[in-house]
Amino acid sequence: MTSPIDEAIVHCMLAEGIDFVCSVPCVMLAGVIRRIEQAPVAHIPVTREEEGVGIAAGASLGGRRPALLMQNSGLGNSINALLSLTKLYGLPLPLIISQRGGKGEKVLAQMPMGKALLNLLKAARIDYVRIKKREDLIKMKRMIHKALHNHRVTAVILMRTLWDEAN
Amino acid sequence: MKRIEVIGAVAAQPGLVICTLGLPSRELYWLSDKPSHFYMLGSMGMASSIGLGLALAQEKRVYIIDGDGSLLMNLGSLATVAAHAPKNYCLVVVDNKGYGSTGHQPTPTAGRTDLAQLARAAGIEQVCAVKTLSELADCLDRHREECATIIAEADASSVDVPQVPLLPRGIARRFKAEVMREDNSSLKKPDASLRSER
Repeated sequence: MTSPIDEAIVHCMLAEGIDFVCSVPCVMLAGVIRRIEQAPVAHIPVTREEEGVGIAAGASLGGRRPALLMQNSGLGNSINALLSLTKLYGLPLPLIISQRGGKGEKVLAQMPMGKALLNLLKAARIDYVRIKKREDLIKMKRMIHKALHNHRVTAVILMRTLWDEAN
Repeated sequence: MKRIEVIGAVAAQPGLVICTLGLPSRELYWLSDKPSHFYMLGSMGMASSIGLGLALAQEKRVYIIDGDGSLLMNLGSLATVAAHAPKNYCLVVVDNKGYGSTGHQPTPTAGRTDLAQLARAAGIEQVCAVKTLSELADCLDRHREECATIIAEADASSVDVPQVPLLPRGIARRFKAEVMREDNSSLKKPDASLRSER
């Protein structure tokens, strides 16, 4: 099932011109991914987040506007490629990241990467915004815009509360 | 075969070239530098993925020069390539059974691992394993309009060539301009979903 908030997230991506999406599933992103499947964009499910970074880089060299959907653990799987490929070559890539390992997390293993997320992004000098409620989605649009138009890697962090509110 | 001979044969094909980092990029640059060459300088393992994104984004033929060590870092890529199988995608793996840029420490292909079997098992339909330049030329020719993977067995020799003297952003800008050149209509329109091509 897709919720209104899933719809709104995908609408933000499409409105900014995203036309090529790589994804690794997360339970929080299930509705978003389902909605992306129906959208007029290329959707490439990847086997690992780093692979998605590579495919997105190629798509951008081919004239597309890519995005990568993943949970925060995926940042750990992809950080070398984000820095020594996307950032080094000045390619655009907005990361759409679901934040696990925060308040209300039931999976203990999500906690370490959940806690490290912001420091990892800061260390990598990747600009980010945290989206906690529906009204914040305008900031998501701005962060996607910044990636695509300034040829940067940026991160949009989708917090669990975003969905709580919709329910 | 020597690696540089495999690289030369691939670079002679009409199309775009994504080349893995280290000595392969240096040898390709030294053989011939063209705007249609994308030299990787970092992100080991990503060549086959960059090539896949590029092949899905536009219609020009994409050749990827990868190595056994770097492909082994990103084996999941073979499954994603098989799932989409763009007809303009050709992955050429120089299998010299070692990490050639770092002192030739052996990779698992020096032992029991067979990359051609892995590619087939991942679901890629056109896979050739070649040992000579004439087999390579024949394979490149035979599959020029198909999604293909070629495993080219090479010896451990390298040519002593300098670093690629280009800046990464310059490589990307020049390459992208080359992708867009001539035939802009070859770019698929954003509304042309890949789903219809699967």
